[in-house]
Amino acid sequence: MGSLRFAGKVWIFGDNIETDALAPGKYLVLPIEEAATHCLETLNPLFPSEVRPGDIIVGGRNFGCGSSREAAPAALKHLGISVVLAASFGRIFFRNAIALGLPVLACPGIAGTFREGDTAEVDVAAATVRHLGTGVTIAGQPLSEEMLRVLEEGGVFPMIQRIAREGYGGHMGMAAPRL
Amino acid sequence: MGYTMAEKILGRAVGRGVRAGENITVSVDVAMLNISMASVSRILKRAGVTRLWDPGRVVCIQDHNVPAPNEREAEVQRTIREAVQAYGIEAYYGENGGICHQVMVDQGHVRPGEVIVGSDSHTCTYGALGAAATGIGVTEMAYVLTTGKLWFRVPETLRFDLRGRLAERVTAKDILLWIAGRHGVDVAQYKAIEFSGEVAEALSIDSRLAMANMAVELGGKFGFFATDGATRAFLRGRIRGEPEDVRPDPDAGYETRIRVDVASLEPQVALPHAFDNVRSVSEVEGTVVHQAYIGSCTNGRLEDLRAAAEILRGKRVDRFTRLYVLPASWAVYRAAMEEGLVRTLLDAGAVFPGCDCGPCIGQMAVLAAGENCIASSSRNARGRMGSTDSGVFLASPATVAASAIYGKITDPRKV
Repeated sequence: MGSLRFAGKVWIFGDNIETDALAPGKYLVLPIEEAATHCLETLNPLFPSEVRPGDIIVGGRNFGCGSSREAAPAALKHLGISVVLAASFGRIFFRNAIALGLPVLACPGIAGTFREGDTAEVDVAAATVRHLGTGVTIAGQPLSEEMLRVLEEGGVFPMIQRIAREGYGGHMGMAAPRL
Repeated sequence: MGYTMAEKILGRAVGRGVRAGENITVSVDVAMLNISMASVSRILKRAGVTRLWDPGRVVCIQDHNVPAPNEREAEVQRTIREAVQAYGIEAYYGENGGICHQVMVDQGHVRPGEVIVGSDSHTCTYGALGAAATGIGVTEMAYVLTTGKLWFRVPETLRFDLRGRLAERVTAKDILLWIAGRHGVDVAQYKAIEFSGEVAEALSIDSRLAMANMAVELGGKFGFFATDGATRAFLRGRIRGEPEDVRPDPDAGYETRIRVDVASLEPQVALPHAFDNVRSVSEVEGTVVHQAYIGSCTNGRLEDLRAAAEILRGKRVDRFTRLYVLPASWAVYRAAMEEGLVRTLLDAGAVFPGCDCGPCIGQMAVLAAGENCIASSSRNARGRMGSTDSGVFLASPATVAASAIYGKITDPRKV
């Protein structure tokens, strides 16, 4: 472990952010590079153009609820978001993010910790989040060892590649993520 | 302590008793794909997977942008057909199937007690027939198609005890909307839901399918109804053999129980732009709507078309309001035709564009800026049906039909 550490500028979003806002249905026909330019535009029109690689999303409760579209975490990953923090997550979004190798961390007490533009330091493996200005540190809900390993490997895709190459030998020692 | 429905079904899938909170790897009984097959087949190809774990357990249904409106969609749909042929998938439904979740239940691909995953969030619909069914993304679906396995956390269960009797023209949709308005869209986050009580037992299969469908709208992983005589009657002739009974044990352990008394419930409406932004119809009557839409995997079933036809019989849709009716499948369309419902709705001025997901996802019947749609579907995020300056109101098919007559949100009990 150790590589899942990030520091970046924070973008704040509210409760119940739907995958429809992350990847609007009407743009799903487009390649992810184009669909991503509409990511979260209905909630913050500046976001898709001003977000920079390494930035961090801080959401409220139930982040990524709604449709199962994997374009939602894929759009964030494409835009270079390093980690998504939220008070809680919609379960399919959470699974999809891990499957794509996009780090996510549920932090039930995160509301009010950051303002837009603040800088956060996140250690996903240790499940800690620190406000680099105020020094306030909050704890997240730790991911399982197996989920961390999927993230370190860059997602589920490399596992499928390996199975295609070497055959299926049980779950690669993987136990279940918590969703 | 006894077992919940989730614990029973997942436990049987792994061959031992399991409890909420455990992490398990289960063998999947059925995998359902819709347009997601295009992405999944690309992932499989890129990963070098040429053979599926069991093509006989895979169902693929075309239900987005059918028929193809442009070349790009035509290419997507060709990719899907080619993948289905290359993998040897027998259970394929093309143009004449309908919306995937309705086709799954229409055509007998759902059996009580099975574990079913679908790369579509409304896969939880099949819990109405006692299956542990849930939505996953395309990368995980590629994993399932390769190995037949998926990891799950056995969820805690939230049990709704539905009591009382529904008033005239108040429906399962209204109960679910009321629950969302009262308890929020994350009340069941990461959990299984069991709908129980005298109201649940009296609901038709169509209504149960609608409620289970919206479990995901409450954050739920599964939305269950215990199987009973109605389930068996529905499944007879659709599946081979006798369906098993799947019911929770009387002493099952629930994380939360919520009692809902429906006796005084009014028709409910979710206002833009959130599923839990819910009011009673009396509070929003008169709000102008430019479009009315009856369809979707939530409320496009025969019972829904019956409710709409009952309200629209001998009436006319407002001349500046368009009413689109998309039966959830071609089997539902046929049954509606045979009952005379299609004629009644056509006489009232309804338009039938087909049987796909179109309007719900803004791929057809798109809203212009400043327009409102009242819809029987279950999602109303800003811009979902078109312009970011449009609004989607969610309600029962009865309320949608009544509103179409006046071009304003209307209480179906006053028509």
